[in-house]
Amino acid sequence: MTDVGYVVAGWSITAAVLAGYWWWLRRRTRHAERLDRDT
Amino acid sequence: MNLAQEVGLVAGKDLRIERRARVTLQQILPFGAIVLLLFAFALDPDRGVLQRVAPGLFWVAVLLALLLAVGRAFTIETENNARDGLRLSGLDPAAIFLGKAAAIGLQLVLLEALLAVGVVLLFDVSLSSIGPLVLATVAATVGLAATGTLYGVLAVGLRMRETLVPVLLLPVVSPVLLGATRAWEAAIDGVPSDAWPWVGVLSVFAVLAVGAGMLAFGPLLEEA
Amino acid sequence: MTLLKPAVRRALGWAALGALVVLAMFGLWGAPPDEVQGDAQRLMYLHVPAAWVAYLAFGVTAVCSALWLWPRTRSMVWDRIAGASAELGVLFTALTLLLGSLWGRPVWGVWWAWDARLVTTAVLLFLYLGYLALRRVPAAPEAKAKRCAIAALIAFVDVPIVHFSVTWWRTLHQEATVFDPELKANIHGVMAFTLWWGVLAFTLLFVYLLDRRYRLEALEEDLDERELEQAIAERVAGAGTPGPAADKEEVPVG
Repeated sequence: MTDVGYVVAGWSITAAVLAGYWWWLRRRTRHAERLDRDT
Repeated sequence: MNLAQEVGLVAGKDLRIERRARVTLQQILPFGAIVLLLFAFALDPDRGVLQRVAPGLFWVAVLLALLLAVGRAFTIETENNARDGLRLSGLDPAAIFLGKAAAIGLQLVLLEALLAVGVVLLFDVSLSSIGPLVLATVAATVGLAATGTLYGVLAVGLRMRETLVPVLLLPVVSPVLLGATRAWEAAIDGVPSDAWPWVGVLSVFAVLAVGAGMLAFGPLLEEA
Repeated sequence: MTLLKPAVRRALGWAALGALVVLAMFGLWGAPPDEVQGDAQRLMYLHVPAAWVAYLAFGVTAVCSALWLWPRTRSMVWDRIAGASAELGVLFTALTLLLGSLWGRPVWGVWWAWDARLVTTAVLLFLYLGYLALRRVPAAPEAKAKRCAIAALIAFVDVPIVHFSVTWWRTLHQEATVFDPELKANIHGVMAFTLWWGVLAFTLLFVYLLDRRYRLEALEEDLDERELEQAIAERVAGAGTPGPAADKEEVPVG
């Protein structure tokens, strides 16, 4: 893999991880809010 | 009762239970020996590898046995509401901590003596420079026993205790593994005076661990 | 239920996103490749900010744990922040190690090296993974907070000890020259700007995520409490006599 390959891998994994975590937070929060309303 | 007497009382209790149940003798010591044996299976005994890495293997075996010893030390407190008994006894929590740590420490020393013999016989190591070796071992053992007791009480009463304590304890005591192994290597194979700085590191860790334990044991016991 | 006002948090979120986009523009295109490391240097614009945020996060956890333990400042808010921050810390530590590894392969030729900084970071990861495991154990909020606070402070104090021991160990082996991580000294101009911009962008992101994670923690805590009260109420109604407290973890074995 060329240097560029490592750079692309690093930046895309970082973006994916951060976006994924943000999305997971949002989903869990919405779920908790829904349960909160129902109880 | 003063602190020393209370410490003796608690340590004596734990050791008396051990004398009757013989868990250390019949289970933890053999476990340590088996770990050494497994290392021989895993590594090549014929090319001097074992001899070179013997100090590290020794201390890894001690660490793993520590997990069992800590687990055992607090299992005896979960039976028959012993925890409540400890809390209501009026004993100074710091004394309970020191007593339990002392009992664990003594069991570790016994294990270390056995494993040292094992390492000499099985891995063909010669234990020269006893001075730094013994001091490093004492300092390391105090640190391990104190930290183990602290995490033992932290997890006592929790259902996932057996898997939680290892994952909490091992990273914290990694400097002890590092320092003790380096001290042993220096004492056995290298320049013995190189061991003393590591003895220093181990001593600092031991002091901090005992201090932290004396402070935190009481509050943690309350919540258990 | 949140640390920031919703409008502030939303603005912060957009600011963080914008800053990250700018970082990408500079990091991937605007800044020139390094003389020695080539394009692989561009990973540093993520690796260094991630490491900074990781240490910041664990610092926050330690401070909040201390605030909880101190009776005069005790409040569940600190416990929640500590937990939320630790999770972010673990996330960014893992990211730091990954990015460092991806950088190390082209520059050093290896995926991993046993130098002081890497080893300490690895131990750091495990220390707080343990903390997160401890947080997940079902328990009464006060008991959980106390246990976790003490565990967090021990972990925090342990890090410099680990770092010192390992640094010493590695310098004795004199491999520091081969794996020389001293790249910051050679950075100036656009590259230095990009690095600092990265630290800024990641810090904004950290605060934003921390607030969101805090809110989740508070919500779930609330839910657990509500479920517990419901369960007890049902037990009382069904049996007629109150059953054992539902939060005791272990029944003593006779």
